[in-house]
Amino acid sequence: MKARQKRLVFVGLAIVGVGVAASLALSALQSNIAYFFSPSEVMANEHPTDAVFRVGGLVVDGSLRRETDGLAVRFDVTDNAATVPVVYHKALPDLFGEGQGVVAKGRMGSDGVFVADEVLAKHDESYVPPEVADSLKTAHVQGVIDATQRDSLPGVLTNPTVAEERVE
Amino acid sequence: MIPELGHFALILALCLALVQASFPLIGSLNGTRSWMTMARPLAYGQLVFIGIAFLCLVEAFLTSDFSVRYVAENSNSLLPDIYKVSAVWGAHEGSLLLWALFMAAWGAAVAAFSKGLPLAVVARVIAVQGMIAIGFLLFMLLTSNPFERLFPVPPEGRDLNPLLQDPGLAIHPPMLYMGYVGFSVAFAFAIAALIGGKLDSAWARWSRPWTTVAWIFLTIGIALGSWWAYYELGWGGWWFWDPVENASLMPWLVGTALIHSLAVTEKRAAFKSWTVLLAISAFSLSLLGTFLVRSGVLTSVHAFATDPTRGAFILVFLCVVIGGSLALYAWRAPAVSEGGHFHLLSRETALLANNLLFAAFTILVLFGTLAPLIYEALNLGKISVGFPYFNKMFLALAPFLALVMGIGAATRWKRDEPLRLLKLLWLAMAVSIAVLVIGLTTDIIGGGAWVAIGLALATWLLASHLVVLRDRLKHKGLGGLSADLRGHGRSFYGMWVAHIGVVLFIVGVTMVQSFQQEVDIRMSPGDVHEIAGYRFEFLGAEPKDGPNYRAQRGHFRVYDGDKQIAELYPEKRSYLGGGMPMTEAAIDAGLLRDIYVSLGEPVGGGDWALRLYYKPYVRWIWLAAILMAIGGGLAVSDPRYRTANRRQTAPVPSGQAATAGARA
Repeated sequence: MKARQKRLVFVGLAIVGVGVAASLALSALQSNIAYFFSPSEVMANEHPTDAVFRVGGLVVDGSLRRETDGLAVRFDVTDNAATVPVVYHKALPDLFGEGQGVVAKGRMGSDGVFVADEVLAKHDESYVPPEVADSLKTAHVQGVIDATQRDSLPGVLTNPTVAEERVE
Repeated sequence: MIPELGHFALILALCLALVQASFPLIGSLNGTRSWMTMARPLAYGQLVFIGIAFLCLVEAFLTSDFSVRYVAENSNSLLPDIYKVSAVWGAHEGSLLLWALFMAAWGAAVAAFSKGLPLAVVARVIAVQGMIAIGFLLFMLLTSNPFERLFPVPPEGRDLNPLLQDPGLAIHPPMLYMGYVGFSVAFAFAIAALIGGKLDSAWARWSRPWTTVAWIFLTIGIALGSWWAYYELGWGGWWFWDPVENASLMPWLVGTALIHSLAVTEKRAAFKSWTVLLAISAFSLSLLGTFLVRSGVLTSVHAFATDPTRGAFILVFLCVVIGGSLALYAWRAPAVSEGGHFHLLSRETALLANNLLFAAFTILVLFGTLAPLIYEALNLGKISVGFPYFNKMFLALAPFLALVMGIGAATRWKRDEPLRLLKLLWLAMAVSIAVLVIGLTTDIIGGGAWVAIGLALATWLLASHLVVLRDRLKHKGLGGLSADLRGHGRSFYGMWVAHIGVVLFIVGVTMVQSFQQEVDIRMSPGDVHEIAGYRFEFLGAEPKDGPNYRAQRGHFRVYDGDKQIAELYPEKRSYLGGGMPMTEAAIDAGLLRDIYVSLGEPVGGGDWALRLYYKPYVRWIWLAAILMAIGGGLAVSDPRYRTANRRQTAPVPSGQAATAGARA
């Protein structure tokens, strides 16, 4: 009986320990995750107003503007359907460029400008963050559907792979 | 012609692997000696053919044979020769080949250095390694052939990713892979023992040095990666909790637990099935790491452009390896008797706590790393997990680990007396509590509560280990030290040195996280900015060209008070092959602090966006890894592994081997 009681105590302790660890981990996780939103979703106001989140897409060509003093830099991020203006107050990562994929993490400011405190850098030129690739695809498909419904011309569908090609 | 030769060598290696995985194993099960003796030559053959394939690829790189797709994509005729060689493992296909080469090298090493082992064990271990080799060779030949030709042949290659054109990165992947693949030996020993149904101390002693060597490589590999990220990425951080970093950390954590658990299994014949489980986990996590890096399922700064079929292949392979070995474990492990009873106050208990803490931390890191995948699979949205999560988990567990470590090193096997321990450790306790109290109540150290806790834990570890060392040498004197180092005491000093490495690590992490200063700033030539008492004078940037890049080179003078202490030249490079920009940070390194400057980008009118950092004690983190590796080396070199092997040249029943182990 003694060995069995011992085992029960151990099992009980283990369950309590695992439970405590799991709840601590989950709560820590909950307060440190950042959801991803595409520019279309942000423009549709689906993003949280009081939490950090990520927005990603392509940097719009010609949208990069720098303030004359200080580090602040502004650019627009698009999924080819909607565009979100972003401001960032640190030095940009090496591979940042117009027309390139980017993921910014931060909060939405009250003026509708996304204030990034982190801009994702990558190691490889041909790499596109998977979230960005997805949102570009979704936006593209949505765009094709909209266009077809709007003017129901078969001609619109002649080149449906353009967006995909940029993604892959 | 030569690339085809390499391709052909790979196919031959696959054929050999098929034989290697089947014949010796079957032979060991039905006692056919001639089939078992095939194991060693097959392992050597595997190394020869994969070696040939590897050399063929090196040759293609050195001669800039751009008709090979992989060479054209990752090399350039302007690339310095040294980086042409390191470019071989600069991308996916070549790094797989390197992985396979190391796999074969470990297999051949097992074949060569296992003279004292029973033939059946050697046959099974090599057969299991053959099975893993089949997986990797198939993967390479079916989805990522490094010898694929390209037509039309481009006149010039695309160049190696400039981030990888660095001595640190030239050796970081090989080290890491040696570690990852090294755990395959521990894995193979565990599986072989499960197949044979005999898990005993002898098994633990055989796999112990192999595991430790793999762990040393992994330790160095991770430290090199961290050091490289620190100076090459230009962000000045030493750890980012990036999925790919986590992928290398998890096998290390489990490997560390495994080393400690193997100690118990060898000395006390306890924790057997747990040790097997750890050996399986360490290698499975290594495979998972490869999957995470290569499949591109996670957003990571390290992620490379990927091909989904590869991810699918690795995922299937992963399921076969993990599922198969766990099924075998579930079938065989219950038959293993758990020997070696121990009391609550014993070294076994301390090592058990070590194992539980390491296992818990691994699970938490794994959870945080995979959470984005879980959330997406459950349709809860696309998330990323911020590094505060990992930091919190680390801070929640690390203090306990440090506490137990001090106690464990001082405790005896099987049973210890509370009074003896108290007598031994009271001074260490008093000193560390004093540090804690001083840190919390006064301003002498500065910083927050974590500084006090960190330094108190470091003091506790250092003091308790000094006490343990003194206790060991009390009756022997310094002559005893040298006798120990020549004889069977080396594993003790290995433990001791590695644990002192942990002391350095705690101090380094505590200081750099609490007292570092970072600033992103815009400066014009002539501007001066002060952080942490150092004045940085920016003298402007001018063009400077390298062999395969153009650069802008900044010029800084750093003053401490009125004294100039350093001139720094950070660079912003643009590589000619891909036109990819790259930051070369300039660092004035020191034992107690680094001063770090990196160029962001030109922001007009000669002004630059700059990053200025002050990083106290950051070097201690890498010094810690070096000490841990030295400790591991000392432990492996303990003569008892070799004498034990010699003693068993004649087949010895495992019971006797176990007593031999207990004596040693």
